[in-house]
Amino acid sequence: MSDERKFPRAVETVTASLAAVVVGGVWLGSHAPRRPPLALPTVLLVVAAALLLAGVVMITRVSGFSWDTFVRVGRWALVAYIVAAGMIEFAFVRNHTRGAPLVVVTGMLVVFALDVPFLIATTVARYED
Amino acid sequence: MQQTSTIDVPPARPDRKIPIVPLAGLPVVAVLIGFVIYAIASNKFWPLMFCHVAGGALWTSIDLFVGLAIGPIIGGMSPAARAEFSAKFMPKMVIIMPTVVTMTLATGLQIALRLGTLTVNSDARSWLIASMIVVGVMAVIALGVLEPANITVLWEMNKPNPNPEIIGRMMKRFVYTAGITGIMQVATLVIMTRVATL
Repeated sequence: MSDERKFPRAVETVTASLAAVVVGGVWLGSHAPRRPPLALPTVLLVVAAALLLAGVVMITRVSGFSWDTFVRVGRWALVAYIVAAGMIEFAFVRNHTRGAPLVVVTGMLVVFALDVPFLIATTVARYED
Repeated sequence: MQQTSTIDVPPARPDRKIPIVPLAGLPVVAVLIGFVIYAIASNKFWPLMFCHVAGGALWTSIDLFVGLAIGPIIGGMSPAARAEFSAKFMPKMVIIMPTVVTMTLATGLQIALRLGTLTVNSDARSWLIASMIVVGVMAVIALGVLEPANITVLWEMNKPNPNPEIIGRMMKRFVYTAGITGIMQVATLVIMTRVATL
């Protein structure tokens, strides 16, 4: 309750970052096998990265935040989501995605692989004593 | 007015440490992920189809069953029973769900490209884009809300003095979001059966 009010909206912000990445991914996927227009996904990638960064900044300002728990939970989640993102990247590369579309896809997958561990680790760490 | 449901009641703490990731399941996950890599690299139709159909069927069934059957049952359990059930059930979900989701999604795009169902003149194209949107919404709910709640419950239960308010809040979040993704999986069933019969 009171901690709900005190804690910044980092989780909500990074969930919005995840949503931006997902919308960009759907946009790119829906244009396959043609070369997709990259303006919208590029904007979404920049927005997603900015929201992730904002989320990180928000939790750095929380006094007494349990960084130890954040790292302990986050590192394993990061390993898991690097594997998942790597599989998706592999599928795109295997299907001849090259050049600028591959750069945007890779950027989105990097943000995705950071967003989810952040969400898990922050949700756990915010309730740590 | 705050509704008092059984989800809010403090759960009993299990006596032993709850494994958040069941290590015994990791070799199975490694074999399945290895098979997905083989399917994508070889571009053979049967391995791709096996990963997509088997992974998708499990994903949809588990989401429906957990969201619409198990979730309400958990909500109605006594606190002690709920704690014991969650301690055994949630670690399994931690490794099963990401695995079946990866199997389904990583091979889905390749199958669509192989079959040409994403090309502009394909009748299935609009259905597949609808499917991507449904999956996208489910992904944000599952990864942004459900999975963090799941891990937080397990983490909290492992503490010497777990906070029942946190566990209750996270369990409520888990049950509700599982219900939402369960209902959304009905849309996936409609879309996929429609695509298969076009």
